This record gives sequence, structure tokens and C-alpha cells, in this order.
Amino acid sequence: MTELPPAIRLESVSRQYTMGESVIWAVNDVSLTVPTGEFLALLGSSGSGKSTLLNLIAGLDRPSSGAVVAQGQDLSKMSPLALARYRRQTVGMVFQSFNLLPRMTLEENVELPLRLAEVDRSERATRVREALQRVGLEKRIGHRPSELSGGEQQRTAIARALVNRPKILLADEPTGNLDSATGEAILALLREIQKNPGMTIVMVTHERALAERFADRLAVMGDGKLLSNGAAR
Amino acid sequence: MKLRDLSDLAFRNLREAVLRNSLTTLGVAVGVASLVAMLSLGVGLQQLASSRLAKSGLFDSIFVTPKTNLRGPGGGPPATRAPASKARLLDADARAEISRMPNVIEVYPQIRFFTEVRYDGKPYATMVAGMPESSKSSGAFDGMQGHFFSSPDADETILQAEFAKELSPQTSSLLGKDLILRYAERQSLAAQAGDAAANSGGFSVVPKEKHFLIIGVVETEPASGFGGFGSGRLLIPLPIAETLRAAQVNDLRDILRGSSSDKPTYSSLTVRVKSPSLVEATEAKLKDLGFSVFSLLDASKSLRIFFSVFDLLLGIFGSLALAVATLGIINTLVMAILERRREIGVLKALGAADRDVKQLFFVEAGVMGLFGGVFGTLLGWLIGRSLTLGTNIYLHRQNLPGVDISSVPWWLVLGGIGFAVAVSLAAGLYPASRAARLDPVQALRYE
Repeated sequence: MTELPPAIRLESVSRQYTMGESVIWAVNDVSLTVPTGEFLALLGSSGSGKSTLLNLIAGLDRPSSGAVVAQGQDLSKMSPLALARYRRQTVGMVFQSFNLLPRMTLEENVELPLRLAEVDRSERATRVREALQRVGLEKRIGHRPSELSGGEQQRTAIARALVNRPKILLADEPTGNLDSATGEAILALLREIQKNPGMTIVMVTHERALAERFADRLAVMGDGKLLSNGAAR
Repeated sequence: MKLRDLSDLAFRNLREAVLRNSLTTLGVAVGVASLVAMLSLGVGLQQLASSRLAKSGLFDSIFVTPKTNLRGPGGGPPATRAPASKARLLDADARAEISRMPNVIEVYPQIRFFTEVRYDGKPYATMVAGMPESSKSSGAFDGMQGHFFSSPDADETILQAEFAKELSPQTSSLLGKDLILRYAERQSLAAQAGDAAANSGGFSVVPKEKHFLIIGVVETEPASGFGGFGSGRLLIPLPIAETLRAAQVNDLRDILRGSSSDKPTYSSLTVRVKSPSLVEATEAKLKDLGFSVFSLLDASKSLRIFFSVFDLLLGIFGSLALAVATLGIINTLVMAILERRREIGVLKALGAADRDVKQLFFVEAGVMGLFGGVFGTLLGWLIGRSLTLGTNIYLHRQNLPGVDISSVPWWLVLGGIGFAVAVSLAAGLYPASRAARLDPVQALRYE
């Protein structure tokens, strides 16, 4: 088997914030490589810097120093426009609070990334349907998020993250607002998605037990530093 | 994002805060309405004034007189006097030549003479004036008692109101009555006694009478030009006045100048051209023909300048409300940013570029401007109409004819809408760039 290039490579990445006089190192000199096709869980207590690290990989934030290389592209060297394109085409994102737009139906929510990517209207309906089928919500296509359970909302968010066929799926505490049974179902879905060839998943969580069951590898953070990094099972 | 998707999302966002956005749009509409109403008033008054003036014949008329000095040989400063060779007699030939010139609609002489009329057996002395057919549309005959001459060669007369009161205090009772005009007809001696008399250039004066039917009473004689000798109090059709060949004031002067011939000569002719813009060129041509000319063109130029300044001032006052509406748009959109912070964060996380967010807010501002512009223009038009209506009710009570004081031409409709959109887009600049600059990490953390 030929070795694929890593999906994500972090090289001495730091992100600092200035709060008045003091400087806070949210991420401090983290180096990490995520091979293509891996399901990595980023663990850590709150304030450990795991979400900041995820935002850096997502291209929502830029590192103060170091390099974030995803799919062979150095994000820190990208123009804002190229970074927006990267967020649109290369990564999909899922949040703890789902972040669906409440006034839009499921169809419209899932269609949003396709609009941003200027995908033809004729193609959109098919792709939205496919994505919703994949998360088992094709029958709720005309509903609004408020008419759905938490688990269903998170599945919709996953469909939205996948609709542009990204190579990397980033999930920030995807089970944080869900009961344990629903959380497990969501993680099983992510595991299912991981089976797609070339799909890499990075998930931030503080539920170690779930992470151990579903992820391939665990990376534990504390005070902005990478504390441990090893296989889950 | 494609424009269709942008406007789709923009409309959706506007519908979400429908009350706030409607109020903002209404603000724009009121601003545009005040601007459109003000300008429609300016345009309407200008149109009213210029149509009245155009109808009066003052600005499309040239008054032609012979260059031979009226004060007789030797009178007037030599510099202003035309060389004798170039001076021409203003006679029937000249009249025909002028009427053949391009852009000339009408050439007519001033015929007015002092004479006696008999009504109800009593004599009255008065000034008779010939009215060209075109004076019908001058506006002076609007709202008259009775009607204008039924044809240019009808034996009919219109009386000036004060003179009519002399004839009968109840002026309306005069209509349909008969009136006898007694005048002195000028008969050229040449026509009667052959060549010898013709060389003498003399004429005899024969008393004549003619019956006229009174068909109308008018407040004042229409502005009938210059060079008249007092205003006419008894108006008859000009062709009829010409056939009377009544002795006029300048006849004797013609004799003294030795220029008498069988053909009539005129002390002045009024030349009407198609539009005031043609006056200058026609004037120059008439000068080349060897006549003195005079027109009120300069007065019409200053009128245009006056109305430009007037419109500008009205526009500035009208724009004040729109300036306030601009602040409303900025306020609404800045509020929308606060409210939709998280949504902007989500859009950015899903791959929206700063440009997409900026355009979205821009389109929202533009849509509010467009709707405000359309409603405002409609509202402005309605305000103009009601002002016209109110004015006309007032004028009607004063027994005056109605006027149209407001006018909304196409350029004002398009300009009103275009201005509203432009101003709204300008107002959207700051909120749009602020929304675009929003840090997605901060925005997503915002609850």
C-alpha cells in the first residue's frame, strides 16, 4: 500500500491573544500530523486550546506562528479569498450548537454551502437530497430546525458539512448538546462517513469514553500544549 | 455568490425583520417623496410659466420695424442708423418674404386705430385692435365671457371688460348685440386718379361704417406686442382689420417720407417662429434683410436661470428628509449586524468570503432603497397631485381657471428611484464593510 500524504500537518503552531497587558497562549507550539482517512479526537478540558486548534485547521483563524498545512496547502500563506474557498471546498464543519439557520428549512440550510460555492441550481436539489439521505433525514426536507430533535439537527448540520464533498470533516463538540444515546448515534454516523475514501475527521470533545470507542487516535491538550498523542484502541 | 442567490438571501433577511425594515423603507419613501414633490412643484411651475409665456407669444416673437428712423431724417445718433442703401421698407413684399423664411409660423402687422363706435344709438370713442388667430391660444382669452372669433374673417368683436362696462353695466347682456364701427378708410389717390396722383403719394380719407356682432368680453387685451399706441379696447379679427384699410397714425408719416405706394406699408410686423430657441437665428436673418428687430429672448434666458436656481433650492430642501432616511438605513443595518452576528459567523464558516457578506448587506440596502424609491416617487406624485387639486379648488373659488402646478416627468421618476437606490447603497457601505470584517470565531462564540 502506497503511503498517502497527510491530510493535515501542524508545524510548531502557536496562537496568542493579547488581553490588555497579558498575553494568552491559546495554542502553544503544537506539532501534529493527521494522516488521510484518520478519525482523530482532540481531547482536553475547557480552555485547553483544542477549539482554537480546530479553528486554525478550519481556516477560521490564523496562527500567530508556525504552519498549518491541509491537503498540501499552507493556510497561513493564503489570501482571505483563498481561505474562504478552502473553507467552502476542502473542509466541512459541525458545531456543538448545530448552528443551523432557524428561518430556513433543512433543504435550504443544506443548500447554503452550494449557493456559496456557486453550484448550478439544477444540481443543487440532487446533492441536497443525497446529503440528507446519507444522514437519514430525506423525509424531513421541508421542516425547519426547530421542528427537529437535537440529534436530527446535528445530523442536518453533518449533511450541510458534507454537501460540498469536502476531504476533511471538523467537528467541535458534536455531542456536547445531546444525550448519550443520541451522541453515540452521531459518532456512529461520523464513523460511517469516515469509510468514504480519503475522508479525514478531526473531532474536538471532552468525552474521553466516546472518543476511545469511535476515534482512531486521541490527542490530549492542556494549557495550549499537546500533552499526549496515541492510538485509541 | 451569484446575484440571484444574493437577492434571494437578502429578501429572506428583509422579510425576517419585516416591521423594522418596512419602517426603514418607509423612511426612505418619505425622503424620496419630499424630494419628488418639491421637484415636481418646481418643474410644474416652470412648465406653467413657460407655457404661459410661450402662449403669450412674447418669447417666440420678433418685432420687426423698418430701419428708416422713426424720428425722421437726421434723428438719433448716426452710429445706430443703418446705411440708407440697406434700409428697407416694411411693405407687403417684405411681409411675404419674411413669411417664406424657414421656421416662421406667422407674420402679422399691428393694426390699431382710434375711432368711434356706436352702440344702442350712442357714440363711444375707443381704440380698435386687430387680433391674429394665434392670439386665441395666448391664454388671455381663457375664462373669458362668450367665445373667441368663430373664424378669422367673421364680423365679430370682443370687448375689453372696462369698455364693455361703459356700454352696459351688465356686460353679459352685450353678447349677441350689434355694434357699429365708424372709421376713416384710407383710399389711395393713385387708385382713383391715375399716374399723376400716384406720384404725389397722397390719399383721401373716406368715412365708412361696419357692423360687428359682440361675441365676447375679455379682461385685458393679450400682450399684443410692442410699438402699439395704447391697448385695444375693441378687438376684431386681424384679417378683417386689414381689409378695413383704416387710416392709422403712421400713414401721414409715410407721406412725409414720400414712400407711399399702392401696397400697404407697416410701421411694424410681428414675426412668430416655431420655438424661442429659433428667435436668435431668425433675428440675425431679419437684420440681414435690412430691418430693425427686437425680442424678449434675454428675459426668457433669465427666467430659465431663475428656475434652475429655484429647482436646486427645492432639491436641497427635499433632500434633507432623504438624508435623515439614510441614517435610518445605517441604523437598521448596524442593528441587523448585531442581531445576525452568529449567522454571519456561520456563513463565513461555511465558506462565505468577506465579499459575499458585504454584498449581502449591500443588496439588502439596495432593495430597501429600491422599494423606498418606488413608493416615495408614487407618494411624491400624489402629494403633487393633491397640491394641484388644493390650488385648483382655491382658484375655482376665486373664479380663476385651474392650473397644473406639479409635474412628474419620466426623468424625475427614474431619477427619484435611482437616487434612492444610490443613497441607500452609500448608506449600506459602512454596515456592509463592518459585517464583512466580523471575525467568524468571535461571531460563532456569540450567544
